[in-house]
Amino acid sequence: MAFWNDRHTRGVLYQVAALGGVILVGGILVSNTMDNLARQNIATGFRFLTREAGFGISEHLVDYSPADTYLRALYVGLLNTLRIALSGIALATLLGIVVGFARLSSNWLVARLASVYVEVTRNVPVLLHLFFWYAVVTQAFPSPGAALEPITGFFLSNRGVAISWPGLGVPTLDGFNFRGGAVLSPELSALLIGIAIYTSGFIAETVRGGILSVPKGQLEAARSMGLTGWQVLRFVTMPLALRAIVPGTTNQYLNLAKNSALAVAIGYPDFVSVANTTINQTGQAIEGVAMIMAAYLTLSLLISAFMNWYNRHVALIGERS
Amino acid sequence: MSRNVIVWAVVIIVSAVGGALIQGQIDQKSAPVAAKSEPKSAPAATTPAAPAQTAATGGTLDAVRQRGSVLCGVNTGLAGFGIADSQGKWTGLDVDICRGVAAAVLGDAEKVKYTPLTTQQRFTALQSKEIDILSRNTTWTLGRDTSLGLNFVGITFFDGQGFMVRTASKVTNAKSLNGATVCVQPGTTTELNLADFFRSNNMKFQPVVIESLQELTGAFVAGRCDAMTTDISGLVSIRATQAKPDDFLVLPDVISKEPLGPVVRHGDDQWFDIVKWTIFAMIEAEEKGITSANVEQMKSSEDPAIKRLLGVTAGNGEALGLKEDWAANVIKLVGNYGESYDRNIKAQLGLERGINNLWTKGGLVYAPPVR
Ligand SMILES: N[C@@H](CCC(=O)N[C@@H](CS)C(=O)NCC(=O)O)C(=O)O
Repeated sequence: MAFWNDRHTRGVLYQVAALGGVILVGGILVSNTMDNLARQNIATGFRFLTREAGFGISEHLVDYSPADTYLRALYVGLLNTLRIALSGIALATLLGIVVGFARLSSNWLVARLASVYVEVTRNVPVLLHLFFWYAVVTQAFPSPGAALEPITGFFLSNRGVAISWPGLGVPTLDGFNFRGGAVLSPELSALLIGIAIYTSGFIAETVRGGILSVPKGQLEAARSMGLTGWQVLRFVTMPLALRAIVPGTTNQYLNLAKNSALAVAIGYPDFVSVANTTINQTGQAIEGVAMIMAAYLTLSLLISAFMNWYNRHVALIGERS
Repeated sequence: MSRNVIVWAVVIIVSAVGGALIQGQIDQKSAPVAAKSEPKSAPAATTPAAPAQTAATGGTLDAVRQRGSVLCGVNTGLAGFGIADSQGKWTGLDVDICRGVAAAVLGDAEKVKYTPLTTQQRFTALQSKEIDILSRNTTWTLGRDTSLGLNFVGITFFDGQGFMVRTASKVTNAKSLNGATVCVQPGTTTELNLADFFRSNNMKFQPVVIESLQELTGAFVAGRCDAMTTDISGLVSIRATQAKPDDFLVLPDVISKEPLGPVVRHGDDQWFDIVKWTIFAMIEAEEKGITSANVEQMKSSEDPAIKRLLGVTAGNGEALGLKEDWAANVIKLVGNYGESYDRNIKAQLGLERGINNLWTKGGLVYAPPVR
């Protein structure tokens, strides 16, 4: 029998051919791009990463000054992206759970209000959420000189929120801005509120759907066994509902992480913002875009991996694989 | 075992040969295109002096002639430099350069298609051939002129960077901005000079970086920033378009040199020359007193330099690969440099000529001999 008649061999052959094709096409694209860039005298490579960035970044979780390298600037941007993604996920989950339950409330008004919330937040584009909250934060509050101080050591102004914080001291007005204390900038606040509220509408629906998916019989059985309302929720509804909620929420977390890239529209220095500036100052668009893609791919895969692990954790014993 | 080896060998050979074939085809495909464009772009090759310098990647002139329009990258909206009115008609000093090139190449200043570009989009748009010329208050720097694969054609406006503050803030000079929050657009020389200025003066600042000029100005006006920074001409333009311009003050400090001018791609010397000499023709015309109003009478002037500029004495047009009346068209349809300056920068922003005056009047504006 000739080897190409063997089913197994043929299978291997097809796969190898497909892989070869992909590598080939990829290789041609890369080599053509490099040729074109070289012909136009456009610089390529990642050497620029070790050069001085020269631009300022307003929010940095690690030390940064314009004298640092592009690599450092991008690292600062990456940390800012992680910061907004994680805090956004936490806040959206909290709001989503509250609203999801509220929609199922037997109180008519609470249920109505929750539906309105869900419809309004889900149906307004996320960019408009951001512009709206940014306008609210920057226009509704007074200048730092006339900052509101509803609680001692808690200042609200169009420069954001400044709070006394152990170790960071008490905020004091010094020249143009507050010094000391913990500061939440208008950009970060607007971004956090905007994407968390937007995403919470979707999460609320997932939560509601998950709870409704629990068969009525299970609840009746639980109640007839004498469990209290809280016990039913804790031991019957939630374990069953979570199986439906977790996969849907994973999608929302991934969306939130990707939507955080809209930060650039309202001036929060996330990874995309810093990478865009880097692209523009160095002219190395392909390298910059590749880094943006790699960063978001990694972030998404990490979120997925974590949620898959959690999903297996909440799955029924018999369904675990 | 041995069968597997054969399978692998076959696969590798097939993909290698296939790859080579495809690559070869691509190379072959691009070769004739380059070869074809060369004889065509050599304009009416009657004399050996005709330009043979069109590079393999050139051909912008041919493309423009075939298309019948010049693709021009402009500002998204900056009065005096590039702004569209409610009818979609573009005006401005930068816009006039593109109109001038269209007049020189196509004999019609209106044959321009405009693409509004933000600071971030402008260079990629030029590199990827979406536009033929970038004429959008762009500062000439070494980096942009080299590693971006671009060529700066010349300087059409000598500018410098400054700061604008709220008049009520009582700030009167840049040195007293220590600790200030400053609104700035990303991807600009502005962003870098800002950091340099504060660094070299040992002062601190907080940047607020927003890509869209409209959003950024909105944030500044709302009080998010203590100061806004960009080219002084840009600040004057932004101030002029506010509801109450007097609420804002442009500080007197100039913290950088910002020579603004049009940009083209590397690799097309003929196109580079055409754009460059269109600007010089506008400057030369002002120096010689030729305006859009008197250009026809000037054709009978006895001054040999005017005769050469207006194509009465032939030679310049041919050297550029254009018709001999190229410069006469630029002056007739767009005007000389001073006319463009007056109707755009002076009329709309109230900025006097200053260093943008002719070298004969104490300024820096100077054209090499048009011969
Ligand atoms: N000349 C500087 C800055 C030019 C610049 O982009 N200025 C801003 C502020 S005036 C602008 O024109 N923005 C308008 C826009 O983004 O469309 C440069 O080339 O980097």
